[in-house]
Amino acid sequence: MQRPVPRRIGGGLSTGVPAVLSVAAAVALWEVYVRLSGISHLVLPAPSRVIEQIFLNRALLWDNTLPTVVATLSGFALSVCVAFAFSVLLDFMPRLRRALFPIFVVSQTLPLVAIAPLVVLWFGFDLTPKVLLVALVTFFPMLVALVDGYDSTDPEITALLRSMGASKVTVFRCARLPSAMPYYFAGLRIAITYAVVAAIFAEYVGARAGLGIVILNAKNSFRPDLVLAAVVISSTLTLVLFAVTALLQRVMLRWRTYGDER
Amino acid sequence: MTLLSLQGVAVSLGGEPVLEDVALRVAPGEFVSVLGPSGAGKSTIFRLLTGSLKPDRGAIMVSGAPLDPASHGFAFMPQQDALMPWRRILDNLTLGLEVQGMSRKAARARVTPHLSEFGLNGFEQHYPAQLSGGMRQRAALLRTVVQNRPMQLLDEPFGALDALTRMQMQAWFETRWRVARWTTLLITHDVREAVALSDRIYVLSRRPARVIAEVAVPLPRPRSGRPLTAAAHALEAQLLGILLTQTEEPS
Repeated sequence: MQRPVPRRIGGGLSTGVPAVLSVAAAVALWEVYVRLSGISHLVLPAPSRVIEQIFLNRALLWDNTLPTVVATLSGFALSVCVAFAFSVLLDFMPRLRRALFPIFVVSQTLPLVAIAPLVVLWFGFDLTPKVLLVALVTFFPMLVALVDGYDSTDPEITALLRSMGASKVTVFRCARLPSAMPYYFAGLRIAITYAVVAAIFAEYVGARAGLGIVILNAKNSFRPDLVLAAVVISSTLTLVLFAVTALLQRVMLRWRTYGDER
Repeated sequence: MTLLSLQGVAVSLGGEPVLEDVALRVAPGEFVSVLGPSGAGKSTIFRLLTGSLKPDRGAIMVSGAPLDPASHGFAFMPQQDALMPWRRILDNLTLGLEVQGMSRKAARARVTPHLSEFGLNGFEQHYPAQLSGGMRQRAALLRTVVQNRPMQLLDEPFGALDALTRMQMQAWFETRWRVARWTTLLITHDVREAVALSDRIYVLSRRPARVIAEVAVPLPRPRSGRPLTAAAHALEAQLLGILLTQTEEPS
Protein backbone atom coordinates (compact mmCIF):
# COMPACT_ATOMS: atom_id res chain seq x y z
CA MET A 1 0.00 0.00 0.00
CA GLN A 2 2.59 2.46 1.12
CA ARG A 3 4.80 3.96 -1.52
CA PRO A 4 8.46 3.52 -0.74
CA VAL A 5 10.95 5.89 0.63
CA PRO A 6 12.27 9.29 -0.18
CA ARG A 7 14.44 9.04 -3.25
CA ARG A 8 16.56 12.13 -3.24
CA ILE A 9 18.01 11.88 0.24
CA GLY A 10 21.61 10.70 0.58
CA GLY A 11 22.24 11.01 -3.15
CA GLY A 12 24.12 14.30 -2.69
CA LEU A 13 27.58 13.06 -1.84
CA SER A 14 27.90 10.16 -4.27
CA THR A 15 26.57 12.18 -7.21
CA GLY A 16 29.15 14.89 -6.44
CA VAL A 17 32.10 12.57 -7.02
CA PRO A 18 32.21 12.68 -10.86
CA ALA A 19 31.95 16.48 -10.79
CA VAL A 20 34.87 16.82 -8.37
CA LEU A 21 36.94 14.38 -10.43
CA SER A 22 36.37 16.19 -13.74
CA VAL A 23 37.20 19.58 -12.24
CA ALA A 24 40.33 18.15 -10.60
CA ALA A 25 41.39 16.62 -13.92
CA ALA A 26 40.99 19.92 -15.77
CA VAL A 27 43.01 21.78 -13.13
CA ALA A 28 45.74 19.12 -13.23
CA LEU A 29 45.94 19.36 -17.01
CA TRP A 30 46.26 23.13 -16.78
CA GLU A 31 49.04 22.84 -14.18
CA VAL A 32 50.96 20.30 -16.28
CA TYR A 33 50.65 22.44 -19.41
CA VAL A 34 51.98 25.55 -17.67
CA ARG A 35 54.95 23.66 -16.23
CA LEU A 36 55.90 21.84 -19.44
CA SER A 37 55.46 24.80 -21.80
CA GLY A 38 57.30 27.25 -19.52
CA ILE A 39 54.74 29.95 -20.35
CA SER A 40 55.14 33.16 -18.35
CA HIS A 41 52.88 33.60 -15.33
CA LEU A 42 52.14 37.07 -16.67
CA VAL A 43 50.25 35.37 -19.48
CA LEU A 44 48.91 32.18 -17.93
CA PRO A 45 49.54 31.54 -14.23
CA ALA A 46 49.45 27.93 -13.02
CA PRO A 47 46.64 26.91 -10.66
CA SER A 48 49.21 26.44 -7.91
CA ARG A 49 50.25 30.07 -8.31
CA VAL A 50 46.64 31.23 -8.17
CA ILE A 51 46.14 29.32 -4.90
CA GLU A 52 49.37 30.82 -3.58
CA GLN A 53 48.15 34.32 -4.45
CA ILE A 54 44.88 33.69 -2.64
CA PHE A 55 46.88 32.81 0.45
CA LEU A 56 49.33 35.73 0.13
CA ASN A 57 46.59 38.26 -0.52
CA ARG A 58 44.08 36.83 1.90
CA ALA A 59 43.61 40.09 3.82
CA LEU A 60 42.99 42.07 0.63
CA LEU A 61 40.64 39.44 -0.74
CA TRP A 62 38.72 39.13 2.49
CA ASP A 63 38.26 42.89 2.81
CA ASN A 64 36.94 43.04 -0.74
CA THR A 65 34.79 39.93 -0.60
CA LEU A 66 32.64 41.34 2.18
CA PRO A 67 31.28 44.32 0.16
CA THR A 68 30.50 41.96 -2.73
CA VAL A 69 28.63 39.59 -0.41
CA VAL A 70 26.67 42.48 1.07
CA ALA A 71 25.78 43.84 -2.38
CA THR A 72 24.79 40.40 -3.66
CA LEU A 73 22.61 39.50 -0.70
CA SER A 74 20.93 42.92 -0.43
CA GLY A 75 20.23 43.00 -4.15
CA PHE A 76 18.93 39.49 -4.09
CA ALA A 77 16.73 40.14 -1.07
CA LEU A 78 15.28 43.21 -2.79
CA SER A 79 14.74 41.15 -5.91
CA VAL A 80 12.93 38.37 -4.05
CA CYS A 81 10.57 40.86 -2.42
CA VAL A 82 9.87 42.83 -5.59
CA ALA A 83 9.38 39.69 -7.70
CA PHE A 84 6.96 38.26 -5.15
CA ALA A 85 5.01 41.50 -4.81
CA PHE A 86 4.65 41.88 -8.57
CA SER A 87 3.76 38.23 -9.05
CA VAL A 88 0.87 38.53 -6.58
CA LEU A 89 -0.29 41.76 -8.19
CA LEU A 90 -0.17 40.25 -11.68
CA ASP A 91 -1.96 37.11 -10.51
CA PHE A 92 -4.87 39.06 -9.09
CA MET A 93 -5.01 41.51 -11.99
CA PRO A 94 -4.61 39.73 -15.33
CA ARG A 95 -5.05 42.99 -17.19
CA LEU A 96 -2.09 44.51 -15.39
CA ARG A 97 -0.13 41.46 -16.43
CA ARG A 98 -0.67 42.23 -20.09
CA ALA A 99 0.33 45.85 -19.48
CA LEU A 100 3.45 45.26 -17.40
CA PHE A 101 4.96 42.08 -18.76
CA PRO A 102 6.41 43.72 -21.90
CA ILE A 103 8.20 46.21 -19.66
CA PHE A 104 9.75 43.40 -17.66
CA VAL A 105 10.85 41.64 -20.83
CA VAL A 106 12.40 44.85 -22.13
CA SER A 107 14.26 45.24 -18.82
CA GLN A 108 15.98 41.95 -19.62
CA THR A 109 17.09 43.10 -23.06
CA LEU A 110 19.17 46.00 -21.67
CA PRO A 111 22.86 45.18 -22.05
CA LEU A 112 24.46 45.27 -18.61
CA VAL A 113 27.62 46.81 -20.13
CA ALA A 114 25.64 49.88 -21.13
CA ILE A 115 23.26 50.15 -18.21
CA ALA A 116 25.72 49.56 -15.35
CA PRO A 117 27.79 52.74 -15.88
CA LEU A 118 24.58 54.75 -16.10
CA VAL A 119 23.22 53.32 -12.86
CA VAL A 120 26.55 54.12 -11.17
CA LEU A 121 26.40 57.62 -12.65
CA TRP A 122 22.91 58.13 -11.24
CA PHE A 123 23.36 56.50 -7.84
CA GLY A 124 27.04 56.96 -6.99
CA PHE A 125 29.78 54.61 -5.86
CA ASP A 126 28.05 53.27 -2.78
CA LEU A 127 25.88 50.24 -2.23
CA THR A 128 22.75 51.47 -4.04
CA PRO A 129 23.75 50.96 -7.69
CA LYS A 130 25.05 47.45 -6.97
CA VAL A 131 21.87 46.47 -5.18
CA LEU A 132 19.80 47.82 -8.06
CA LEU A 133 21.84 46.04 -10.72
CA VAL A 134 21.74 42.71 -8.88
CA ALA A 135 17.98 43.11 -8.51
CA LEU A 136 17.53 44.06 -12.16
CA VAL A 137 19.38 40.97 -13.33
CA THR A 138 17.85 38.45 -10.93
CA PHE A 139 14.25 39.53 -10.58
CA PHE A 140 12.97 38.40 -13.96
CA PRO A 141 13.61 34.65 -13.71
CA MET A 142 11.93 34.64 -10.30
CA LEU A 143 8.91 36.61 -11.50
CA VAL A 144 8.40 34.35 -14.50
CA ALA A 145 8.78 31.26 -12.34
CA LEU A 146 6.18 32.51 -9.87
CA VAL A 147 3.65 33.61 -12.48
CA ASP A 148 3.97 30.34 -14.41
CA GLY A 149 3.86 28.44 -11.13
CA TYR A 150 0.56 30.01 -10.11
CA ASP A 151 -0.91 28.99 -13.45
CA SER A 152 0.20 25.39 -12.93
CA THR A 153 -2.39 24.99 -10.15
CA ASP A 154 -4.57 21.92 -10.68
CA PRO A 155 -7.98 23.25 -11.85
CA GLU A 156 -9.73 20.49 -9.87
CA ILE A 157 -8.15 21.76 -6.66
CA THR A 158 -9.32 25.27 -7.50
CA ALA A 159 -12.85 24.00 -8.26
CA LEU A 160 -12.84 22.07 -5.00
CA LEU A 161 -11.82 25.12 -2.98
CA ARG A 162 -14.42 27.29 -4.70
CA SER A 163 -17.09 24.68 -3.89
CA MET A 164 -16.03 24.93 -0.25
CA GLY A 165 -16.74 28.64 -0.42
CA ALA A 166 -13.12 29.79 -0.52
CA SER A 167 -12.42 33.40 -1.47
CA LYS A 168 -9.93 34.35 -4.16
CA VAL A 169 -7.38 35.15 -1.46
CA THR A 170 -7.88 31.73 0.18
CA VAL A 171 -7.52 29.98 -3.18
CA PHE A 172 -4.28 31.89 -3.70
CA ARG A 173 -2.94 31.09 -0.24
CA CYS A 174 -4.02 27.44 -0.10
CA ALA A 175 -3.55 26.36 -3.72
CA ARG A 176 -1.82 28.78 -6.08
CA LEU A 177 1.09 29.74 -3.86
CA PRO A 178 2.06 26.20 -2.80
CA SER A 179 1.62 25.01 -6.41
CA ALA A 180 4.12 27.64 -7.53
CA MET A 181 6.83 26.70 -5.04
CA PRO A 182 8.63 24.05 -7.16
CA TYR A 183 8.71 26.53 -10.06
CA TYR A 184 9.85 29.28 -7.76
CA PHE A 185 12.83 27.32 -6.51
CA ALA A 186 13.85 26.56 -10.09
CA GLY A 187 13.78 30.31 -10.78
CA LEU A 188 15.62 31.02 -7.53
CA ARG A 189 18.46 28.67 -8.48
CA ILE A 190 18.85 30.33 -11.88
CA ALA A 191 18.70 33.82 -10.39
CA ILE A 192 21.26 33.20 -7.63
CA THR A 193 23.89 32.21 -10.21
CA TYR A 194 23.48 35.62 -11.88
CA ALA A 195 23.59 37.55 -8.63
CA VAL A 196 27.31 37.43 -7.77
CA VAL A 197 28.34 38.11 -11.36
CA ALA A 198 26.03 41.13 -11.50
CA ALA A 199 27.44 42.51 -8.24
CA ILE A 200 31.03 42.10 -9.46
CA PHE A 201 30.18 43.74 -12.75
CA ALA A 202 28.61 46.69 -10.97
CA GLU A 203 31.76 47.07 -8.87
CA TYR A 204 33.94 46.79 -11.92
CA VAL A 205 32.21 49.82 -13.38
CA GLY A 206 32.70 51.90 -10.28
CA ALA A 207 33.00 51.20 -6.58
CA ARG A 208 35.18 51.87 -3.57
CA ALA A 209 35.80 48.21 -2.77
CA GLY A 210 34.75 44.72 -3.79
CA LEU A 211 35.94 41.76 -5.82
CA GLY A 212 35.16 43.72 -8.99
CA ILE A 213 37.65 46.38 -7.88
CA VAL A 214 40.29 43.72 -7.11
CA ILE A 215 39.83 42.30 -10.60
CA LEU A 216 40.01 45.76 -12.18
CA ASN A 217 43.19 46.74 -10.31
CA ALA A 218 44.86 43.37 -10.89
CA LYS A 219 44.12 43.56 -14.60
CA ASN A 220 45.53 47.10 -14.82
CA SER A 221 48.74 46.05 -13.09
CA PHE A 222 49.15 42.96 -15.32
CA ARG A 223 48.51 40.41 -12.60
CA PRO A 224 46.43 37.62 -14.17
CA ASP A 225 47.23 35.45 -11.17
CA LEU A 226 45.43 37.91 -8.89
CA VAL A 227 42.54 38.24 -11.35
CA LEU A 228 42.09 34.50 -11.25
CA ALA A 229 42.39 34.48 -7.46
CA ALA A 230 39.44 36.85 -7.27
CA VAL A 231 37.59 34.71 -9.82
CA VAL A 232 38.07 31.62 -7.66
CA ILE A 233 36.63 33.50 -4.68
CA SER A 234 33.61 34.72 -6.66
CA SER A 235 32.89 31.26 -8.09
CA THR A 236 33.09 29.79 -4.61
CA LEU A 237 30.67 32.43 -3.42
CA THR A 238 28.18 31.53 -6.14
CA LEU A 239 28.52 27.82 -5.40
CA VAL A 240 27.89 28.40 -1.70
CA LEU A 241 24.78 30.49 -2.41
CA PHE A 242 23.56 27.87 -4.87
CA ALA A 243 24.03 25.15 -2.26
CA VAL A 244 22.11 27.19 0.32
CA THR A 245 19.24 27.54 -2.17
CA ALA A 246 19.24 23.83 -2.91
CA LEU A 247 19.23 23.06 0.81
CA LEU A 248 16.35 25.46 1.39
CA GLN A 249 14.43 23.80 -1.43
CA ARG A 250 14.95 20.39 0.08
CA VAL A 251 13.59 21.57 3.41
CA MET A 252 10.69 23.58 2.02
CA LEU A 253 9.57 21.05 -0.58
CA ARG A 254 9.97 17.94 1.49
CA TRP A 255 6.67 16.58 0.14
CA ARG A 256 8.24 16.33 -3.30
CA THR A 257 10.72 13.72 -2.14
CA TYR A 258 7.83 11.26 -1.99
CA GLY A 259 6.84 9.78 -5.36
CA ASP A 260 6.03 12.08 -8.23
CA GLU A 261 2.35 12.28 -8.94
CA ARG A 262 1.14 14.12 -12.01
CA MET B 1 -40.13 16.44 1.09
CA THR B 2 -37.48 17.44 -1.44
CA LEU B 3 -33.98 18.60 -0.61
CA LEU B 4 -32.93 19.54 -4.12
CA SER B 5 -34.99 20.07 -7.22
CA LEU B 6 -34.15 21.23 -10.73
CA GLN B 7 -36.99 22.30 -13.01
CA GLY B 8 -36.60 22.98 -16.72
CA VAL B 9 -32.95 23.95 -16.35
CA ALA B 10 -31.23 25.02 -19.58
CA VAL B 11 -27.64 26.21 -20.07
CA SER B 12 -25.62 27.26 -23.09
CA LEU B 13 -21.85 27.40 -23.05
CA GLY B 14 -20.24 29.57 -25.69
CA GLY B 15 -23.47 29.73 -27.68
CA GLU B 16 -23.84 25.97 -27.77
CA PRO B 17 -26.76 24.52 -25.78
CA VAL B 18 -25.46 21.99 -23.24
CA LEU B 19 -28.49 21.38 -21.04
CA GLU B 20 -31.86 21.70 -22.76
CA ASP B 21 -34.42 20.68 -20.19
CA VAL B 22 -33.17 19.05 -17.01
CA ALA B 23 -35.57 18.27 -14.21
CA LEU B 24 -34.73 16.14 -11.21
CA ARG B 25 -35.27 15.99 -7.49
CA VAL B 26 -33.48 14.46 -4.53
CA ALA B 27 -35.14 13.65 -1.21
CA PRO B 28 -33.25 13.73 2.11
CA GLY B 29 -31.32 10.52 2.71
CA GLU B 30 -31.74 9.48 -0.88
CA PHE B 31 -29.01 8.31 -3.25
CA VAL B 32 -29.71 9.60 -6.74
CA SER B 33 -27.57 9.10 -9.82
CA VAL B 34 -27.40 11.04 -13.05
CA LEU B 35 -26.39 8.68 -15.82
CA GLY B 36 -25.47 9.95 -19.24
CA PRO B 37 -23.26 9.37 -22.24
CA SER B 38 -19.83 11.01 -22.22
CA GLY B 39 -19.99 14.70 -22.96
CA ALA B 40 -23.70 14.93 -22.17
CA GLY B 41 -23.13 17.83 -19.80
CA LYS B 42 -23.15 15.89 -16.54
CA SER B 43 -20.39 17.98 -15.03
CA THR B 44 -22.23 21.13 -16.11
CA ILE B 45 -24.97 20.17 -13.65
CA PHE B 46 -22.39 20.17 -10.86
CA ARG B 47 -21.03 23.50 -11.97
CA LEU B 48 -24.58 24.86 -11.64
CA LEU B 49 -24.95 23.41 -8.17
CA THR B 50 -21.59 24.65 -6.88
CA GLY B 51 -22.47 28.09 -8.17
CA SER B 52 -19.70 28.51 -10.74
CA LEU B 53 -22.33 28.66 -13.49
CA LYS B 54 -25.81 30.20 -13.74
CA PRO B 55 -28.69 28.58 -15.66
CA ASP B 56 -30.15 30.46 -18.63
CA ARG B 57 -33.62 29.15 -17.84
CA GLY B 58 -35.27 27.08 -15.16
CA ALA B 59 -35.14 26.94 -11.39
CA ILE B 60 -32.84 25.25 -8.91
CA MET B 61 -34.42 24.94 -5.48
CA VAL B 62 -32.78 23.82 -2.25
CA SER B 63 -35.22 22.90 0.54
CA GLY B 64 -37.87 24.93 -1.24
CA ALA B 65 -35.78 28.11 -1.64
CA PRO B 66 -33.84 29.20 -4.72
CA LEU B 67 -30.24 27.94 -4.75
CA ASP B 68 -27.87 30.31 -3.01
CA PRO B 69 -24.31 29.15 -3.73
CA ALA B 70 -23.07 31.30 -0.86
CA SER B 71 -24.91 29.07 1.61
CA HIS B 72 -22.75 26.12 0.50
CA GLY B 73 -25.34 23.45 0.91
CA PHE B 74 -23.26 20.92 -0.97
CA ALA B 75 -20.00 19.11 -0.38
CA PHE B 76 -18.32 18.42 -3.67
CA MET B 77 -16.02 15.56 -4.60
CA PRO B 78 -14.33 16.05 -7.99
CA GLN B 79 -13.36 13.37 -10.49
CA GLN B 80 -9.73 13.26 -9.48
CA ASP B 81 -9.09 13.06 -5.75
CA ALA B 82 -7.73 16.65 -5.88
CA LEU B 83 -5.70 16.05 -2.73
CA MET B 84 -3.07 18.73 -2.29
CA PRO B 85 0.29 17.01 -2.70
CA TRP B 86 1.99 19.45 -0.32
CA ARG B 87 -0.43 18.82 2.56
CA ARG B 88 -0.27 15.76 4.74
CA ILE B 89 -3.39 13.56 4.67
CA LEU B 90 -4.72 14.99 7.94
CA ASP B 91 -4.30 18.54 6.65
CA ASN B 92 -6.04 17.59 3.41
CA LEU B 93 -8.95 16.15 5.37
CA THR B 94 -9.44 19.33 7.39
CA LEU B 95 -9.26 21.59 4.33
CA GLY B 96 -13.01 22.15 3.94
CA LEU B 97 -13.46 22.87 7.63
CA GLU B 98 -10.53 25.28 7.69
CA VAL B 99 -11.86 27.14 4.65
CA GLN B 100 -15.14 27.52 6.56
CA GLY B 101 -13.18 29.23 9.30
CA MET B 102 -12.80 26.41 11.82
CA SER B 103 -9.52 26.41 13.73
CA ARG B 104 -7.02 23.75 12.72
CA LYS B 105 -7.26 22.14 16.13
CA ALA B 106 -11.05 21.90 16.10
CA ALA B 107 -11.01 20.63 12.53
CA ARG B 108 -8.56 17.88 13.46
CA ALA B 109 -10.69 16.87 16.41
CA ARG B 110 -13.65 16.57 14.05
CA VAL B 111 -11.77 14.47 11.48
CA THR B 112 -9.77 12.14 13.70
CA PRO B 113 -12.65 9.91 14.94
CA HIS B 114 -13.49 9.00 11.33
CA LEU B 115 -10.00 7.91 10.30
CA SER B 116 -10.43 4.24 11.13
CA GLU B 117 -13.81 3.78 9.42
CA PHE B 118 -12.22 5.25 6.28
CA GLY B 119 -9.19 2.96 6.60
CA LEU B 120 -6.79 5.84 7.04
CA ASN B 121 -5.60 5.16 10.56
CA GLY B 122 -1.84 5.58 10.82
CA PHE B 123 -1.64 7.47 7.54
CA GLU B 124 -2.53 10.93 8.87
CA GLN B 125 1.04 12.15 8.59
CA HIS B 126 1.67 10.71 5.12
CA TYR B 127 1.66 12.75 1.97
CA PRO B 128 -0.95 11.85 -0.68
CA ALA B 129 1.73 10.54 -3.06
CA GLN B 130 2.56 7.86 -0.49
CA LEU B 131 -0.93 6.35 -0.59
CA SER B 132 -2.56 3.96 -3.05
CA GLY B 133 -5.29 5.15 -5.39
CA GLY B 134 -8.04 3.60 -3.28
CA MET B 135 -6.78 5.20 -0.09
CA ARG B 136 -6.52 8.57 -1.74
CA GLN B 137 -10.11 8.23 -2.93
CA ARG B 138 -11.26 7.34 0.58
CA ALA B 139 -9.38 10.37 1.89
CA ALA B 140 -11.09 12.56 -0.72
CA LEU B 141 -14.43 11.15 0.35
CA LEU B 142 -13.74 11.74 4.04
CA ARG B 143 -12.69 15.30 3.21
CA THR B 144 -16.12 15.64 1.54
CA VAL B 145 -18.30 14.12 4.26
CA VAL B 146 -16.69 15.84 7.28
CA GLN B 147 -17.88 19.14 5.91
CA ASN B 148 -21.28 18.07 7.23
CA ARG B 149 -23.24 19.61 4.40
CA PRO B 150 -26.85 18.59 3.78
CA MET B 151 -25.85 16.93 0.53
CA GLN B 152 -22.87 15.31 -1.24
CA LEU B 153 -22.12 15.85 -4.92
CA LEU B 154 -19.93 13.09 -6.34
CA ASP B 155 -18.55 13.58 -9.84
CA GLU B 156 -17.50 10.13 -11.10
CA PRO B 157 -15.61 9.57 -7.86
CA PHE B 158 -14.34 6.12 -8.75
CA GLY B 159 -13.68 6.79 -12.43
CA ALA B 160 -9.93 7.20 -12.02
CA LEU B 161 -9.46 3.88 -10.22
CA ASP B 162 -8.57 0.51 -11.73
CA ALA B 163 -11.47 -1.94 -12.11
CA LEU B 164 -10.71 -4.05 -9.04
CA THR B 165 -10.13 -1.09 -6.72
CA ARG B 166 -13.28 0.52 -8.07
CA MET B 167 -15.39 -2.51 -7.15
CA GLN B 168 -13.87 -2.62 -3.67
CA MET B 169 -14.48 1.09 -3.23
CA GLN B 170 -18.10 0.81 -4.36
CA ALA B 171 -18.73 -2.01 -1.90
CA TRP B 172 -17.02 -0.09 0.87
CA PHE B 173 -18.89 3.07 -0.03
CA GLU B 174 -22.26 1.30 0.02
CA THR B 175 -21.52 -0.03 3.50
CA ARG B 176 -20.60 3.45 4.73
CA TRP B 177 -23.62 4.97 3.04
CA ARG B 178 -26.03 2.49 4.64
CA VAL B 179 -24.83 3.66 8.03
CA ALA B 180 -24.60 7.39 7.40
CA ARG B 181 -27.37 7.88 4.83
CA TRP B 182 -25.75 10.91 3.24
CA THR B 183 -28.07 12.56 0.75
CA THR B 184 -26.08 12.02 -2.41
CA LEU B 185 -26.16 13.04 -6.04
CA LEU B 186 -23.76 10.91 -8.09
CA ILE B 187 -22.77 11.65 -11.66
CA THR B 188 -21.50 8.71 -13.66
CA HIS B 189 -21.46 7.06 -17.07
CA ASP B 190 -21.01 3.63 -15.48
CA VAL B 191 -24.33 1.75 -15.57
CA ARG B 192 -23.19 -0.91 -13.11
CA GLU B 193 -22.04 1.70 -10.61
CA ALA B 194 -25.36 3.54 -10.86
CA VAL B 195 -27.38 0.35 -10.32
CA ALA B 196 -25.16 -0.79 -7.46
CA LEU B 197 -25.43 2.42 -5.47
CA SER B 198 -28.61 4.36 -6.34
CA ASP B 199 -32.19 4.55 -5.11
CA ARG B 200 -33.17 6.31 -8.31
CA ILE B 201 -31.43 7.01 -11.60
CA TYR B 202 -31.98 9.82 -14.08
CA VAL B 203 -30.81 9.15 -17.62
CA LEU B 204 -29.66 12.10 -19.71
CA SER B 205 -29.84 12.32 -23.47
CA ARG B 206 -26.96 13.24 -25.69
CA ARG B 207 -26.10 16.94 -25.79
CA PRO B 208 -28.10 19.15 -25.46
CA ALA B 209 -29.16 17.11 -22.48
CA ARG B 210 -32.71 16.33 -21.44
CA VAL B 211 -33.82 13.82 -18.85
CA ILE B 212 -35.12 10.95 -20.97
CA ALA B 213 -35.80 8.41 -18.25
CA GLU B 214 -36.22 8.15 -14.51
CA VAL B 215 -35.66 4.66 -13.19
CA ALA B 216 -36.24 3.51 -9.62
CA VAL B 217 -33.87 0.87 -8.27
CA PRO B 218 -35.88 -1.19 -5.77
CA LEU B 219 -33.14 -3.79 -5.26
CA PRO B 220 -32.41 -4.86 -1.64
CA ARG B 221 -29.15 -3.70 -0.04
CA PRO B 222 -26.34 -4.46 0.32
CA ARG B 223 -25.89 -4.99 -3.37
CA SER B 224 -22.12 -4.86 -3.76
CA GLY B 225 -19.79 -7.73 -3.11
CA ARG B 226 -22.27 -10.46 -4.07
CA PRO B 227 -23.33 -12.00 -7.39
CA LEU B 228 -25.53 -9.81 -9.52
CA THR B 229 -29.21 -10.73 -9.18
CA ALA B 230 -31.44 -11.30 -12.18
CA ALA B 231 -33.35 -8.13 -11.33
CA ALA B 232 -30.12 -6.10 -11.30
CA HIS B 233 -29.17 -7.62 -14.64
CA ALA B 234 -32.52 -6.66 -16.12
CA LEU B 235 -32.14 -3.09 -14.84
CA GLU B 236 -28.66 -2.77 -16.24
CA ALA B 237 -29.85 -4.05 -19.60
CA GLN B 238 -32.75 -1.61 -19.58
CA LEU B 239 -30.49 1.37 -18.76
CA LEU B 240 -27.87 0.32 -21.26
CA GLY B 241 -30.59 0.05 -23.90
CA ILE B 242 -31.68 3.62 -23.21
CA LEU B 243 -28.10 4.91 -23.22
CA LEU B 244 -27.19 3.16 -26.46
CA THR B 245 -29.97 4.95 -28.32
CA GLN B 246 -28.17 8.13 -27.33
CA THR B 247 -24.66 7.31 -28.38
CA GLU B 248 -25.37 6.54 -32.04
CA GLU B 249 -25.05 9.37 -34.51
CA PRO B 250 -28.41 10.31 -35.99
CA SER B 251 -28.67 9.06 -39.58
